[in-house]
Amino acid sequence: MRPFVYARAEAPEEAFAGTEGGHPAFLAGGTTLLDLMKLDVMRPDRVVDINDLAQEYGAIRIDDRGLELGALVRMSEAAEHPDIVAGYPVIAQSLQLAASTQLRNMATLGGNVLQRTRCAYFRDTSWAACNKRVPGSGCAAMDGVNRKHAVLGTSNACIATYPGDFAQALIALDATVDVAGPAGRRALPFAELHRAPGDSPEVETALGPHDLITGFRVPALPWARRSLYLKVRDRESYDFALASAAVAVDVEDGLVREARIALGGVATKPWRARQAEAALKGRTLDENAAETAASAAFADAETRDGNAYKPELGRRTLVRALLQAATMRV
Amino acid sequence: MVMAKTDATAGIGSDVARIDGRLKVTGEARYGSDFAVPNPAYAVFKTSAIARGRIAAIDDGAARSVPGVLDILTYRDVGDEVGEAGFFASGGYAGTTIRPLASDRIWHDGQIVAVVLADSFEAAREAAHRLVVDYAAEPPAAGFDGPGVEEEDAKKDDPAKGDAERALREAAVMVEADYATPTQHHNPIELFTTTCAWTGDRLTIWEPSQNVYGIRNGVAKQLSLDPEQVRVVSPYVGGAFGSRGSLTQRTALIALAAKRLNRPVKLMATRDQGYTIATYRAETRHRVRLGADAQGRLQALSHEGWEVTSRPDSYKVAGTSATTRVYACSNIASEVTILHADRNTPGFMRSPPEVPYVFALESAMDELAVKLGMDPIELRRINDTDVEPVGGKPFTTRSLMKCFDAGAKAFGWSERDPTPGSMRDGDWLVGWGCATTLYPTHIAPATARVTLTPAGKAIVRTAAHDIGTGAYTAIALTAADRLGLPLDRIAVEIGDTNFPPAPVAGGSNTTASVCNVVAKACEQVRGQLASAVTAAGDGPFAGSDPNALILAEGELRGPGNASEAIGDAMARASSGAIEAYAENVPDGLQQKALGQLYQGLPALTGGAQMEDRAQFAFGAEFIEVRVNARTREIRCPRALGVFAAGQIVSRRTAESQLIGGLIWGMSSALHEVTEIDRGAARYYNDDLAEYLIPVNADIGKVEVMILPEDDEQVNALGIKGLGELGNVGTNAAIANAVYHATGVRIRSLPIRIEKLLGDRSA
Repeated sequence: MRPFVYARAEAPEEAFAGTEGGHPAFLAGGTTLLDLMKLDVMRPDRVVDINDLAQEYGAIRIDDRGLELGALVRMSEAAEHPDIVAGYPVIAQSLQLAASTQLRNMATLGGNVLQRTRCAYFRDTSWAACNKRVPGSGCAAMDGVNRKHAVLGTSNACIATYPGDFAQALIALDATVDVAGPAGRRALPFAELHRAPGDSPEVETALGPHDLITGFRVPALPWARRSLYLKVRDRESYDFALASAAVAVDVEDGLVREARIALGGVATKPWRARQAEAALKGRTLDENAAETAASAAFADAETRDGNAYKPELGRRTLVRALLQAATMRV
Repeated sequence: MVMAKTDATAGIGSDVARIDGRLKVTGEARYGSDFAVPNPAYAVFKTSAIARGRIAAIDDGAARSVPGVLDILTYRDVGDEVGEAGFFASGGYAGTTIRPLASDRIWHDGQIVAVVLADSFEAAREAAHRLVVDYAAEPPAAGFDGPGVEEEDAKKDDPAKGDAERALREAAVMVEADYATPTQHHNPIELFTTTCAWTGDRLTIWEPSQNVYGIRNGVAKQLSLDPEQVRVVSPYVGGAFGSRGSLTQRTALIALAAKRLNRPVKLMATRDQGYTIATYRAETRHRVRLGADAQGRLQALSHEGWEVTSRPDSYKVAGTSATTRVYACSNIASEVTILHADRNTPGFMRSPPEVPYVFALESAMDELAVKLGMDPIELRRINDTDVEPVGGKPFTTRSLMKCFDAGAKAFGWSERDPTPGSMRDGDWLVGWGCATTLYPTHIAPATARVTLTPAGKAIVRTAAHDIGTGAYTAIALTAADRLGLPLDRIAVEIGDTNFPPAPVAGGSNTTASVCNVVAKACEQVRGQLASAVTAAGDGPFAGSDPNALILAEGELRGPGNASEAIGDAMARASSGAIEAYAENVPDGLQQKALGQLYQGLPALTGGAQMEDRAQFAFGAEFIEVRVNARTREIRCPRALGVFAAGQIVSRRTAESQLIGGLIWGMSSALHEVTEIDRGAARYYNDDLAEYLIPVNADIGKVEVMILPEDDEQVNALGIKGLGELGNVGTNAAIANAVYHATGVRIRSLPIRIEKLLGDRSA
């Protein structure tokens, strides 16, 4: 860890003060930032503690129009909120199945969606080649250890997996993310927040260096209740997904009216599987339809030696999630 | 000092709470890095980013400019200042012959290339990050299947008998299969720490250790000191599992740094550095061939093993020493080959030879049972034997089939439908598997001093080690038993070279070695007290035969109901304490083994090494796995281990060891693997986020049964060590259960989802 200036923002505008130039970082739960600073991967020269903004950005509101989640809501608060558990199960489950109790008690929702990849070539500075950490240095994962790396949204520059769970739930429910920055406030579809690596894997989101996520809005759409998050991993808890699926389905008279599918553990960013969604529309949600959707979801998968199993596992995960959603009583 | 606080009648075999438990859970127990030293400097290592080559340049300008940095040591500063300690397998102390900071040569990933010393840990860490080391890298060899490895035929005493090749050709049924086990790391929760402080020319080292006399003598040799100048203190150890048995490179470096700074130095190596500055379980491969007649009687057994080691050191575990001695068989062949690669030197890890080799054997036995259409327990029964088959020496005791029968009953084995994939619970395939477990019964020379105070309390001092195993409790129970004192009158002090030597806490020998010598010392104390009171002109024992006096329930007792409280007898017999120092040289070793013990080089004997007998502890392990029919997650909700291990000294900690062993076995079979970047020959997942071990949610019902077993031959107290017995059979039991659940035979550990995705029939 290198020396840095620590500042505490007591009002939203203070969060942006003094952040011109340099490498600022916002500190909320700190569960990613502090790790990466200790590992010398992130070297902010100014750390702005935003925890005092919880008054403004720390609330959960639910009404007929939908769900509003402040960026400083702790993961555990949202995971255990009874109205979220009942009305937005995919959100509650994606949070319950993430990290550990201790981490969920610290980590915030805003920070959660921005957590960095677990790729060890990124997290350990002794590896010379990591385009995400040192642009232009190469990608050691391509021919290295890549069992957990992505098969969707990859590029020649980076195959690092987006590690989170909650983001898939937000995509499945057509959420919007609210952002504040020196230039004012704006909102964008959550699905547009993250970027695939392309030629510049160091740029992970549409946020500017001084932009702060202030909250998320989830519309009360008809498929929110018939939604779930399925996470497949090596161990039962406290583990990142090898493959996961956030699904939300609107079924009427036995036929799928609308479906939302987001995949985790298999892609470089929270991955919306549009072709899979389209493949379900108007069909009975049975094994056959689920298989068709799953095949479509992974049609463009590109694998390496260590992750060649992922399309198959991803397909099975999605089929299982869809069939489980079909049997949900809502 | 740990004082017991438990009931009055506890002794050998009692079920009591761990006597050091309260100190541990309240934070009062002081581990290596907990000891406060005045004004310490902090050391942080910089380790190599390549596996093979040379250091081309070091730029320490930015690092030295970090405020608080005191010095940065590299090979230019240390060179030959740290001498050789010798490789443990060649009669030395060290886990590797690579000397720290000796030259610009890089032997492996994560080798120590600099020690940064600063007033604070934070400054030292920042400077280590700012230190720039440039390398002239050479292409490294990572291990199996890679170019550049050198093969060495490790053949020395490969067990063999009869004509295995011919018997294999003639066998009615044959199984031939290849197995593989991965690199695994111990990851003890307590990191690899060292604190060194000099007082004049005397050095004190605080370091978690399984062999304090080994560190003392090894460091003395490296730094040209008299061992008497070095004290090593390690009263509590936060996990070891073999990783703290041999001397690592760090200790002498920190001692040297403290000398140069004229100030105590503390090192707490990082989690990832623990992967490369200490040892690990070597990657192995196996080819097992079994030939049997139509009834399942083994006609031939051939076990070939390959193990990866470092470039300079010939470390091998050669578990064929165990796998050739499990079942009756007339034709046996074995061979072990080691491969030298650009890796750090592997070393002991809980049941070092047995874990990989018994996985191969017990998987092959299951394959043979399937091929024969035979119940796997019945296959073990038909091949059960009272003599070890290679040398024909009788087992002192062997309760293998008793364990299988008791286990089968408790587990409900008769309900098992042998057809793979036939048992199902909703979306989950259910599989039941079993395997034999065994571990050689070792003992080593040991010494102890027992002091009986005038107040009737006893203090036991010996430089033994409690690496979480319960040694404190076992020692206290032994002394309580032999001195007739309540457990709360016994104090135990261990883990310090100020005490008489005890052997390395390895090979599961501590309970047998130390409890036997403690019992001996207690008997000497009794003898001294008895001699004094019988020689006295008055008192209830005047004129009695001292040998007829016993210590029981806080009293000295003699013929004709004569008795006296121990405290009263002490007051009459002695003006001070009674103290006895005892030595024990076990059967099969010569007296010179004691001298070696004092030098920190304890000789272990037992297992198949005895001239007239074979001594092993056995058990049977039963596992239930569940595999999701679609997505193939593998979970292990139920484990049962049934064991027999002679006299149990401390029942509760013994059961804990076995439960922990089963859980480790699940971890090893389903999770643990150190991933290696094959091109770079570097470890990839070197932290506890990515090196998986089970979490609580992964562990369901774990049951242990210990069957009674009297063994008068292994040692005076009849103790068979069991610390490494629990995790030997589990890998195969789980692989066998996975086969039963899915019909897929996995011969390479760990067993993970991707290995079960080939079958789309779900």
